[in-house]
Amino acid sequence: MSTALDIRRGRIGESAARPDGVPKVRGEFAFSSDLFSEGMLWGHIVRSPYPAAAIRGVDVSEALRIPGVRAALTSDDVPGRKTYGLDYPDQPVFAWDVVRYMGEPVAAVAAVHPETARRAAAAIIVDYAPTEPLTDPVVAADAEPIHPLGNVLHRQRVRTGDPDARGTVVVEGRYETGMQDQAQMGPESGLAIPAEDGGVDLYIATQWLHIDQEQMAACLALPLEKVRLHLAGVGGSFGAREDLSMQVQICLLALRTGRPVKMVYSREESFLGHVHRHPAVMWYRHHADADGRLVKVEARIILDGGAYLSTSTAVTMNAACMAPGPYRVPNAVVEAVAVRTNNPPCGAMRGFGSVQVCFAHEAQMDKLAAALGIDPVELRLRNALKSGDSLITGQTLRGTAPVAEVIRTCAAAPLPAGGPVTATELELPGGAGRTADRDSVRRGVGFAVSIKNLMYGGGFDDYSSARCRLEDGVATITCAAVEVGQGFVTLVQQIAREVLGVVDVVLAPPGTADIGSAGSTSASRQTWMSGGAVQQACLAVRERLLTSIASRHGLAREALEIVEGRIVSLDREVDLPISEAAPGEVLEETAEFHHAPTAELDADGQGDAFVSFAFAAHRAVVDVDLELGLVRVVEIATSQDVGRVLNPVQLVGQLEGGIAQGVGLAVMEEIVLDHGRVRNPSFTDYVIPTALDMPPVHIAALIEEPEPGSPMGAKGAGEPPMISSMAAVVAAIRDATGLELPRAPVRPQDIALARPGQGPVAGSSPITQEVSP
Amino acid sequence: MGADIVGELIDYQLRVNGHEHDVADGWLGESLLYVLRERLGLPGSKNACEQGECGSCSVLMDGRLVCSCMVLAASAVGAEIVTVEGLSAGYNELSDIQAAFLAEGGVQCGFCTPGFVVSVHDLLEHNPDPTELEVREAVSGNLCRCTGYGRILAAVRAAQETRQG
Repeated sequence: MSTALDIRRGRIGESAARPDGVPKVRGEFAFSSDLFSEGMLWGHIVRSPYPAAAIRGVDVSEALRIPGVRAALTSDDVPGRKTYGLDYPDQPVFAWDVVRYMGEPVAAVAAVHPETARRAAAAIIVDYAPTEPLTDPVVAADAEPIHPLGNVLHRQRVRTGDPDARGTVVVEGRYETGMQDQAQMGPESGLAIPAEDGGVDLYIATQWLHIDQEQMAACLALPLEKVRLHLAGVGGSFGAREDLSMQVQICLLALRTGRPVKMVYSREESFLGHVHRHPAVMWYRHHADADGRLVKVEARIILDGGAYLSTSTAVTMNAACMAPGPYRVPNAVVEAVAVRTNNPPCGAMRGFGSVQVCFAHEAQMDKLAAALGIDPVELRLRNALKSGDSLITGQTLRGTAPVAEVIRTCAAAPLPAGGPVTATELELPGGAGRTADRDSVRRGVGFAVSIKNLMYGGGFDDYSSARCRLEDGVATITCAAVEVGQGFVTLVQQIAREVLGVVDVVLAPPGTADIGSAGSTSASRQTWMSGGAVQQACLAVRERLLTSIASRHGLAREALEIVEGRIVSLDREVDLPISEAAPGEVLEETAEFHHAPTAELDADGQGDAFVSFAFAAHRAVVDVDLELGLVRVVEIATSQDVGRVLNPVQLVGQLEGGIAQGVGLAVMEEIVLDHGRVRNPSFTDYVIPTALDMPPVHIAALIEEPEPGSPMGAKGAGEPPMISSMAAVVAAIRDATGLELPRAPVRPQDIALARPGQGPVAGSSPITQEVSP
Repeated sequence: MGADIVGELIDYQLRVNGHEHDVADGWLGESLLYVLRERLGLPGSKNACEQGECGSCSVLMDGRLVCSCMVLAASAVGAEIVTVEGLSAGYNELSDIQAAFLAEGGVQCGFCTPGFVVSVHDLLEHNPDPTELEVREAVSGNLCRCTGYGRILAAVRAAQETRQG
């Protein structure tokens, strides 16, 4: 059966179809791993099998003797800076004296066939002297430095109000979250083509073309304009492509051999070759008055940054500033520290910094509710932030903050019918394994709420660039914003149709040579930032077009408007279709969009560091087999603060997709480390939710309160679904089991082998040291 | 290149989407996925795990759904292979399932999409009116990291309803 194409060409607020949807469903969309160039070689990176070792020598001569091998490179072959990094270049392109994590690149080869390249990589002899790895983040700060820059990557304190304030009720706990992998389906891959000018063209899947270009140019010792990046199809990202992966190595191979070089990571290499979500150890103490109003929050948060800095600075800042969650807290003493260890480097992943602390602050809210005998939803409502309130950073919430609304609407959603007694066998925990005994299955319900700062802040002048070109009624938009699957390309077309009244909108291929930076596809920022830049460019073209038509007809500009794809004057004397308004004329405008300025935090973590915030609530229903420790997530209900719905279908996709990653972190996803060694770098052993694991999502409400300052009133919607869904699922498991479950993901043994009422070890809380002067 | 590559090389033919394709100087160790993608110019089948866990490389081999990464290409000689590229009638046309994925929002990054499309074709061919649990079970060998499966399940339902009339 076949269907002729009928693509929905919608405007803002409509479920317009993706412009890349047809090639994607036909298998014709060119992802970065699908590229081909005549005569291309295959690259392969040699990685350290040790989490910590001294390198006594690297011998590539055997590899070079293998027929078909064209190059073998080490750190000696890096012509420019030998290190790179998003915030600070502390990470070697190739390790030369020591390796600091399992999977660190040491050499790279290029050969005529991928198997030849793999064999050549195996033939490179690296003389390692393994050393004892530093793997415990709790002791890392005071341990022998494993890097010249020391073991403290970033420290963020936030202090407000009276540090000695006391509540009538105090609850505390120690919480941990594990190391999550982005597990984007498309492996890291790219194609580098040496150019005649001595430069290189790189076709790559990334999140931010221009920041890659800057880092690469320094390492390749080439001027920026000779390092040209072109966006290849991105098979998901979720933070995994924020840092460089193969970019420098593959270009070095292409420049050395004078031939195009393609490289595609295996899944194992992908697990070893990109950063993960920071694991966290968090000590919390909440003080409240007898009515449940928060008096003080104390928190100490240790984030395991792994071997290199990556985005640890921003993750630490988010964790510290968002530590209390979406609640009013007059007094706070918070410290977050990201430390360096010989574990895999950690950096960006959806909701970063906020996911970890949400797990802890929501567990604390439930403990507080229990201690006070107040309903957990009611306790959250009593403390919910609202517009005009201050955060613990002293920043006043000037935007919309419908926290109470997301809580109320989510809590009011009807609970799913049925239960373990009536469920079919396949719907019990364990599913097709049919292992569960119906009598040992208990249902639980958990609730969690989150806050996420949107976009880059802390004084960083964040911006995006876009160009609009209008010719014969067709708009062409050039913007380097990276489409990773989120649907920004759809939104670009919707914006251009909305502003210009056109139907056909062409998207120029994103690259560094054609337009300025669009910033990163991360931090829920592209709809606001690059959407804003596209909107401004389109508005500028619209102004020029209308001004020109008006003067041609001797009218004032204000007399014309665009209605349903036609330029009309108020008196209808002028009534032209856009496509015929300016025959042969090309109107082109470029815009740069900046968000409102932010400030750096001071030594006490005070300052207006953030642009905007989004809030979400999640309610999870789970069935738990108490004997086997198996969990089935039955349903997730959610309400989210979205500002404005720009594309309903795509928005639902963000909510459902983010929740799936939250469910994954709650009950199944974790990079398992053994003395710094990754034990499960495969989809066999690192398990992500399948269609059988993922419950139905009930969207109770999308709260639309247009956000001031946002170009279309919308707030980024990608991260919040991940943040509190995870906390809600674990809360539901606690409800079903009566266990404290202070660690996520919750593993079967945490349930089946636990003793009810297991609490934190008394006297172990290092908050005490932090609080006393 | 010849022996420059990796050892013994062979020539053979594969029948893919109704056409015979020559494979010249292929290494015996190449998977069907690799040959489709790198030798036959059919990169629609994807390489997300290359160990049979994710379903991104799903193709039909003599009418059976297989992970092409787990099949040695040379062992597929004589089989009728259908890839995602062979599912729609022609240029600018979509199969009903492809159209449903697009209309219902079942596509985000799209890397898993071809595998899902092949899987769902296979499902509805053998079970035209599956229950939701049957659909979930049938596609549980296909991993998606973007959608949380909600819109994919909606797409299957829509295609199913269209076929039921």
